[in-house]
Amino acid sequence: MTDAKKTPAETAAKRHKMKMFFRIFGYMFEHKVLVTVAVIIMLSSNAFALAGPYLSGKAIKAIEPGIGKVDFGTVLFYCALMALFYALSSALSYLLSVTMIHLSRSIVARMRQQVFDKLMRLPVGFFDKNQTGDIISRMSYDIDTINASISTDLLQICSSIITIVVSLVMMILISPLLVLVFVVTIPMSVLFTRYKSKKIQPLFRKRSAKLGELNGYTEEILSGHRTIKAYHREETMIDRFDGRNDESIDAYYNADYQGAMIGPTVNFINNLSLSLISMFGGVLYIGGMIHLDAISTFILYSRRFSGPINEMANIISELQSAASAAERVFRLLDTEEEPADAPDAMVLVSPRGEVTAENVRFSYTRDREILHGISFEAKAGKTIAIVGPTGSGKTTVINLLMRFYDQDSGKICIDGFDTLGITRESLCRAYTMVLQDTWLFGGTIAENIAYGKEGATREEIVNAAKAAMIDDYIEGLPDGYDTVLTEDGINLSKGQKQLLTIARAMLPDCSVLILDEATSNVDSRTEIRIQSAMAKLMEGKTSIVIAHRLSTVRDADMILVVRDGSIIERGTHDELLAVRGFYASLYNSQFS
Amino acid sequence: MRTYFKYLKPFLPRMSVGLAIKFAGTIFDLLIPVMLKIIIDDVVPKGDERMIYFYGGIMIVCSVLAVVGNIIANRMASRVASESTRLLRHDLFVKTLYLSCAQTDRFTIPSLESRLTSDTYNVHQFTGMMQRMGVRAPILLVGGLVITMVLDPVLTLVLVATLPFLGASVFYIAKKTVPLYRKQQSATDDMVRTVRENIQGIRVIKALSKTDYERRRFDGVNRALMKREETAGLVVSATNPLMNFFLYVGLTVVIVIGAFRVNAGLSKVGTIISFMSYFTYILNAMLSVTRMFTTYSRCSASMGRIEEVLSAEAELPVLMSPDGEETEAVEGAPHIRFDSVTFSYNGKKDNIKNVSFDLYRGQTLGIIGATGSGKTTLISLLLRFYDPDSGKIEIDGRDIRYVPRNELYEKFGVALQSDFLFADTIRENIRFGRDISDGEIDTATVYAQASEFISEKEGGADFALAIKGANLSGGQKQRLLISRALAGTPEIVILDDSSSALDYKTDANLRAAIAKGFGKTTKIIVAQRISSIMSADLILVMDGGSVIAAGTDDELRSSCDIYREIADSQMGGAILD
Repeated sequence: MTDAKKTPAETAAKRHKMKMFFRIFGYMFEHKVLVTVAVIIMLSSNAFALAGPYLSGKAIKAIEPGIGKVDFGTVLFYCALMALFYALSSALSYLLSVTMIHLSRSIVARMRQQVFDKLMRLPVGFFDKNQTGDIISRMSYDIDTINASISTDLLQICSSIITIVVSLVMMILISPLLVLVFVVTIPMSVLFTRYKSKKIQPLFRKRSAKLGELNGYTEEILSGHRTIKAYHREETMIDRFDGRNDESIDAYYNADYQGAMIGPTVNFINNLSLSLISMFGGVLYIGGMIHLDAISTFILYSRRFSGPINEMANIISELQSAASAAERVFRLLDTEEEPADAPDAMVLVSPRGEVTAENVRFSYTRDREILHGISFEAKAGKTIAIVGPTGSGKTTVINLLMRFYDQDSGKICIDGFDTLGITRESLCRAYTMVLQDTWLFGGTIAENIAYGKEGATREEIVNAAKAAMIDDYIEGLPDGYDTVLTEDGINLSKGQKQLLTIARAMLPDCSVLILDEATSNVDSRTEIRIQSAMAKLMEGKTSIVIAHRLSTVRDADMILVVRDGSIIERGTHDELLAVRGFYASLYNSQFS
Repeated sequence: MRTYFKYLKPFLPRMSVGLAIKFAGTIFDLLIPVMLKIIIDDVVPKGDERMIYFYGGIMIVCSVLAVVGNIIANRMASRVASESTRLLRHDLFVKTLYLSCAQTDRFTIPSLESRLTSDTYNVHQFTGMMQRMGVRAPILLVGGLVITMVLDPVLTLVLVATLPFLGASVFYIAKKTVPLYRKQQSATDDMVRTVRENIQGIRVIKALSKTDYERRRFDGVNRALMKREETAGLVVSATNPLMNFFLYVGLTVVIVIGAFRVNAGLSKVGTIISFMSYFTYILNAMLSVTRMFTTYSRCSASMGRIEEVLSAEAELPVLMSPDGEETEAVEGAPHIRFDSVTFSYNGKKDNIKNVSFDLYRGQTLGIIGATGSGKTTLISLLLRFYDPDSGKIEIDGRDIRYVPRNELYEKFGVALQSDFLFADTIRENIRFGRDISDGEIDTATVYAQASEFISEKEGGADFALAIKGANLSGGQKQRLLISRALAGTPEIVILDDSSSALDYKTDANLRAAIAKGFGKTTKIIVAQRISSIMSADLILVMDGGSVIAAGTDDELRSSCDIYREIADSQMGGAILD
């Protein structure tokens, strides 16, 4: 395809690619000083190395007189100088590596941190749509690939350019006519690499994507390994894994297959120019237009000249794979974040905890509305219970209160302030919660409990654990509170995990407490025993409770009965029983 | 690395052909400078234009042969690398899936995950590179040495004398870097674990405004990884400068000794000059070899991690009876029997103490007890995720340790606490790769009280679940898991606290449906709600790993204080009202 016929899409793609390279190099420019130092070291190291042949030439000249006439003084002098220069050059090149390693590591660490920070700012829904393994693959494999390119390619390009320019100038000085050979071969190289890179880029992109998918799949399967064992479905999972494995291996192979051509082909073009030079040069010599020693010097320089061009071929394929990796990383970095706090967003300071919802509508996907105009009011310090069949939208209400999602229409207020106009951080500080999904991280038990309150003392931690009736269990562990929880705390039962998260919720001071099925996995005797602690936890706080065990909601000041995304009944327990409606039938079913 | 070569072995013939082609290609590459030398030294001075074209033509032919050979060889190399990695990764995954639960806990999931992906990826890269450079570099090296040897053996010996230094330093560095790379890999594991944890706990983290804290935590892990990467990098990158230094010092010595030899009339200046041009070949070849060594140390570190998994001893093997015969079901034996079973996760504190019970075909067992009393552990033992430390578990009179796995697990339909739903259709999540018809799946969803909400989903049973079933509510997820357990009418259904998110009405309907449709199935139900297990034929009340009471609802109400307490706490309220 000629340039004239380029479609707008292609130009846009090209511009996009350029932008991406600029973005990668943007990271380097943040370390201007270090980059400059690196370039200077590289130049001086090259200079020392290039001085070598000159010095050896001098030494050899001193040997030239022949038998018995060698000027040993000069030979030894230049040889000592050579040794010194090469030592310096080696030392400098190591120094250069050290600088580059430091540089590239800083960049990589920064990229990883950026991606992580980004993850923290993404809306919760992002993680429901993207495989954890794929995200991890971007943070490890893709960023590593970018790094491999940054740490070597820039310097390579610099030193290549120097060599190319110097050799070209020398060649032109020796014989402008012979340089004409390159008029044939250089365009060949350029055309070939351009053609190839167009072809290879999508292959590398696919290779990155497939590796990410494989990682995602592996993650998914390994998390379910117990269930797989229980059903003895290993074979099936292996079959499916093989499918992904094949895809990823094939993608690697396809990229490699095309990539395998680049090196030899560029080498071929170099050999071709060499052949042409020797023929053409020979003819010129016969025509008396060039001296023999000029031809051999020309060839020496042309070898120097083609060296970096050869390297360029490698660099191009490295850049290709770095570009695909960067695309994946940047795409993640460019994902739309949670809407930022409005510039005039207020910081909520010690709220009383009055929560109101006014005609709130919400849908996760455009086509299906989950909440159809919900309104309620929770006075400060009161307890509101939300009950209803599963899938009726109870957890969604919580999601909106915490601003994990924003409602489509309607208004949610805390202390009369629209939550959309409050900074997220201060809004979240107003809440503490115990969720259905118990989440513990790989730290000690004490750290896990203290998670909600920075700088909590050991005493506070132990008291919280005592109140949550988990203290005995913890004390029974070999390391007590310093026991490290591994891998989701796999040998803790779900109920114990829930008790730990309840203990965690005891620590921070908040005005609103959210309990989403907080005790669903705790046995009822323990539940009764922690009731006083729960009461203390709820004391003075506005509590929003979701529970199936209707005994837990009986004492609520207000019960909202939700069904299919609407509130169909509301009132106290006694009021609702008296109506003999949906609540009453739910309540009675537990005795059937 | 022994395992590594085991995986390459089947490809040896193909590899040899590829390497042979590579060899030929490289030889053609090497012929080009030889032709060049002939043209310039011999042909051109004679002024024979025809011969110039002749030799020039040969050069071009050589170039063509070299490029064709090299491309073919490189592609064959990619093929071999891909195929061997495919096998390796497959085997590693198989092994990983068959690891016992205890082993999986020890390795940790993130680490297994990175062994399956990054580590195999490193091996893949090395295998390709080794074949591409492994032939070329030695040929250039040996070729260069042979030619210099012909020129002047004494001077070549000087150069050869540097090789032990080179070899020693490359070997030393490679040896040193293997453990460094391993440390780097395990720091990567830490980084991955942190990211994974954060993604899983994102709701809690946001709710508790801990994003800054998590950012700092990640910063620590990230820095640790960076440090490890730097340490490994600093050692590895010493290779090239050292290599250059030794070789060039060797060259300098060559000139000095050359000077003496020329002075003594043993050598010529011209020899020294051409010696120096071949020296470049040797140097480049050496650099390639060292590059291979550094990639090798990375590959070897990865391979070590892979081998660790592959060579993990298979735990919980299926035992053979002393006479080598397969054990057989005993007529009239209880369907499930626990005989004084004791078990501990860590070998210190017993998590299950001396549990015994008999359960007959078609009966229902209910297990109730405080959080952490060992209910789930009991189920894990029955499913043979772990073996008891003492005592035994029998199904149909056969010790389950003697039952082949496919036979054992065919009997069960299980809904576990830690639910596992994956991104696929509802139907596939229920089928779970088993040989179960759509009709059976539909029936199961009816029993599990799931058919209604499924039919409301777009596409019904073809509705695609999000990752981990994130687009379903807690109760919907549980009903899918129960459908999975019921589908295909297994011999034994185990529901481990799997209706906790259901409202009482749905739960009651579920119980009634199971009682009606699964009369011949033995059912084990772990629950917090007394109503879920009240009608069971046998109820075990557990506390601290022991069964403190067993019996029917009536019996327990009169004999067991704790049971009565639980029952009253859950049911009593209504009576008072």
